[in-house]
Amino acid sequence: MQQSTAQTPPGAAGAQRIALLKVLGPAHVWALGVGIVLVGEFMGWNFSVGKGGAYGSLIACWVIGLLYTCVAMIDSEVTSTVAAAGGQYTQAKHVIGPLMAFNVGLYLVMAYTMLEAGDALVVGDLMKAVAAEFGHADLDPRPFVVLTIAVLAFLNYRGVYMTLTVNFVITAAAFAALVILFFGVSPWEPGKVLLHRELLVDLPYGWIGVIAALQFGMWYYLGIEGTCQAAEEVRSAGRSIPLGTMSGMITLLIAASITWYVAAGLMPWEYLGQAITPMYDAARLTGSTPLQVILFVGTIFSAVASANGCINDASRAWFSMGRDRYLPAWFGAVHPRYRTPYRAVLFLIPIAVVFAFQAPLDQVITFSILSGLLGYTFMSINMVRFRRQWPLGSIKRGYVHPFHPLPAILLLLLCGATYFATFLGYGATLLAVMAFYIIASLWFVFHRYKFVRRGDQFTMPWPRPRGY
Amino acid sequence: MDFWTLISYAAWGIAILLLLWMVADFWRVAQDYDEDFLLSSREGEE
Repeated sequence: MQQSTAQTPPGAAGAQRIALLKVLGPAHVWALGVGIVLVGEFMGWNFSVGKGGAYGSLIACWVIGLLYTCVAMIDSEVTSTVAAAGGQYTQAKHVIGPLMAFNVGLYLVMAYTMLEAGDALVVGDLMKAVAAEFGHADLDPRPFVVLTIAVLAFLNYRGVYMTLTVNFVITAAAFAALVILFFGVSPWEPGKVLLHRELLVDLPYGWIGVIAALQFGMWYYLGIEGTCQAAEEVRSAGRSIPLGTMSGMITLLIAASITWYVAAGLMPWEYLGQAITPMYDAARLTGSTPLQVILFVGTIFSAVASANGCINDASRAWFSMGRDRYLPAWFGAVHPRYRTPYRAVLFLIPIAVVFAFQAPLDQVITFSILSGLLGYTFMSINMVRFRRQWPLGSIKRGYVHPFHPLPAILLLLLCGATYFATFLGYGATLLAVMAFYIIASLWFVFHRYKFVRRGDQFTMPWPRPRGY
Repeated sequence: MDFWTLISYAAWGIAILLLLWMVADFWRVAQDYDEDFLLSSREGEE
């Protein structure tokens, strides 16, 4: 790749084109999806326990697991067919239209950049906690937040292969930490370490508490849909995207069940529901120093992997929108040597730092979750239109998901229930998020859309949609 | 200056160095390559 670009003399633009590198395989796709999510197993999911008790959290874990299984199935089919950077943004552009695409692109960038800021804050807070353990009580976490963002942005700037190979290693290590903790508490000997019989109680707030728990149940899986952003950089989209996404979803279902089982057997729901680092606390309760160290390292690795994947995904979405002129075309540049969307990577660094330092963490995370939820709502509508406009057999699909339209309908219903759950806990934030996207849409319609080259929008070699 | 203060300064230093490297490389690319070439990527093309 370096040879081909190095031979290109400046100014010889028309002769040669540049593109993102196609170097990724299914393991990288797995690392991207699971890497973004796994931090939610180490912290965050347990707030669902505070809303609905331990059983309420388990119900939320499996109900939301169903929501994300639908997301993974739908994404696998559409992305393996619309194999381009931008993921759901590109799908929206092809299947629904420009305004939907603009909004979906914005959901993606906001969700990932805010999650990246939250992850970097977690790394900073963990460093502060370690310093406090060693007697340095008031360590400033900010340099570690900036260092995390800078190192990961540097990796992303230099190349996607190394970025996601690193993500594979640290995500696998973080997942292994959860598995080691599971075996460390002797699950085959109930009552020895795990005290489910004593700690599990009925639903403390009834079924309304279970509904309220759905919002935080998203933490178990939030971000698995990020696998789509790798579509333009995988060697075979038809193989890698479904394989990486589905195996990622299976990994997360296992991780979520292990997480709940261990934590609910070690801590009463009143404590677990407000713990900041529940899995590290679980390791401390076992009294095993090696387990504590492993879970601490796992927590750090999961936060770093999540931030890394978020930078990768946010930059691809921003790059794609620039390439289509939904944003200034300047952002659509590819680095001539590293073949990455380097301007998008660079531009999003200060935005992540501002989110990390200026916005409250819970609001940042809620905004991120709601942006994700808006994206899932779009996916259900998108899937129905996709199959209606291009029925099976009319175009080549990399993967066909079974039981259509059941996953799309189920996804829409579960999104509705989760909106209601979010409204119960964060009604004002929900309305603020809606207002933000409406204002952004008005800006796009009245100011930006005139720059979009409408004729260049449809890039897939497909026949005209049915009913066109 | 204790260990943790030193680590904090090191974190600032490394972060600033990495950011400066990216900005410098960004500038170098802008000088060495034609803008049309950098923007020549097309969706769906190999």
